[in-house]
Amino acid sequence: MNQQELKDRLAEIKDKLIDIQQPLDDRIFLSCEAENAYAINKFLFEEVPLRFVITTGIDSDSCYEILYHYAYDQIGYIITLKAFIRDRENPSIESIAPFLPGAEWIEREIHDLLGIEFRNHPNMRRLILADDWPEGVYPLRKETRQ
Amino acid sequence: MKETVRKPVLAIGPFHPLQEEMEFFQLTVDGETVTDIDMRISYNHRGIERISETLQFDQVPYLVSRVCGICSASHPLAYVQAVEDIAGVTPPERALYVRVIINELERIHSHMLWVGLAGHFIGYDTVFMWAWKYREPVLDLLEEISGNRNQYGNVKVGGCREDIPDETIPKILKELDKLDKKTEMLTKAVLDDPVIHARLKGVGVLTKEAAIKYAVTGPTARGSDVKIDVRRDDPYAAYADLDWNVVTQPVGDVFAKAVVRLLEVLESVKIIKQAVKKLPKGPIATEVKEIPPGEGCGRAEAPRGETFHYVRSDGGNRPVRHKIRAPSYVNVPSFKATCIGQHIADVTITLAAVDPCYSCTERLAVVDSHNKVLHDYQTLLRLSREKTARIKKEIGTPEMKLEDF
Repeated sequence: MNQQELKDRLAEIKDKLIDIQQPLDDRIFLSCEAENAYAINKFLFEEVPLRFVITTGIDSDSCYEILYHYAYDQIGYIITLKAFIRDRENPSIESIAPFLPGAEWIEREIHDLLGIEFRNHPNMRRLILADDWPEGVYPLRKETRQ
Repeated sequence: MKETVRKPVLAIGPFHPLQEEMEFFQLTVDGETVTDIDMRISYNHRGIERISETLQFDQVPYLVSRVCGICSASHPLAYVQAVEDIAGVTPPERALYVRVIINELERIHSHMLWVGLAGHFIGYDTVFMWAWKYREPVLDLLEEISGNRNQYGNVKVGGCREDIPDETIPKILKELDKLDKKTEMLTKAVLDDPVIHARLKGVGVLTKEAAIKYAVTGPTARGSDVKIDVRRDDPYAAYADLDWNVVTQPVGDVFAKAVVRLLEVLESVKIIKQAVKKLPKGPIATEVKEIPPGEGCGRAEAPRGETFHYVRSDGGNRPVRHKIRAPSYVNVPSFKATCIGQHIADVTITLAAVDPCYSCTERLAVVDSHNKVLHDYQTLLRLSREKTARIKKEIGTPEMKLEDF
């Protein structure tokens, strides 16, 4: 599959996306709302298919951002899907670990560090934080840092 | 009263004074067969991603080279490539070649270290001695180039800090020639040995399908016929100008991963020889003043697989977010696919096969449901070696001797 075919595949999910950016030839950033993330991830991983790399969680100014990084190895592209979680009180998003076991650890890690709830995660235990770390204190949240 | 049947549990970890990291594996066993595995990490979480946000862009490479002592060239390289993407900087050509040479020397010493330890785990201490002996001159070369055997600290945004002096080039070529011959001999000795075949073939198989689901990378993926290698797929530094092969194996067992690593050493030698001969003249760095707002993804092929760094800048002098994914983070969870159904004596080498810095395999203990220790690490290592000895006896091969090499 070449660049054009990849773009055609990505166009299939256009109605679920807010924005598409391509700052460099081989780096594509897609943006979506949290509720569409599960369907888009399933499409990217199973249909296109892309190789899952990792997820990044960010406490952004007005929302939480969950970035799903994928690699398209045939042409060396990195495709990043940004999902915005607008609810800062009870941030939650659907887990992708049920169909992508490689994402199980990182979702547990983001839950530990940012307090994002991953709905339907198969094994939501602590991964990073110590057993005696207090509940409800999330090290990477802005309010904890200050 | 009905008695509850408790399954025996094999606990591996978390501490051993010889190793640098803590990991904990809990294997549920039925007789001598593993039926389930549970993993715990982060006994020594250093918060490097968070510390990185407190440092300036040009200080971060020194921090991330300490993510891992062995991958101390790959992590800074992935980071600076992410930042160079944001800043739109292309380093001078000579710097790109210097980066290739240091990263490939790192791969050779890391793979040799693995081959030696793998030999040690299955009771082939001759392989251990020889692989580590061949590794030593590689560390000497790195010391001569960068001043350090590890922690080279040679890469910066916009290029490299230290050049490779022209007078060291004949020495590099001479050492590589020696290494080439010795590695070929070692590879042949390992691949032709019927006991190693019996001990490693069909053990800890990671199928291609599981390799994709667990998103594994590096030799772990290539041993399972997943042909990915960042050096070829998303060429960075000077890899696009050099001629080399991506090594894959179809089966996915421990043997396949050993073959991939041994053959990759030969490919690395090939890469360095070309890079040294082609090394262009000129400066090794361009000046980078400001990092504009933006985000970048950088990646490098570390000895264990793809190292991925995501950096976000708001235009200030520090990253606002820096995400690091080391290859073992995705390779280690694949134990769930490789260990279940295995014999206890094969677990040591199966866990070691993804090369997770060995920390995990050194900390083994078998306990029953009342936490009474049945076997410690020494016993498990003995079980692994006894199995090799038994196979040797059955096959009737003589002990490998130093003179055989």
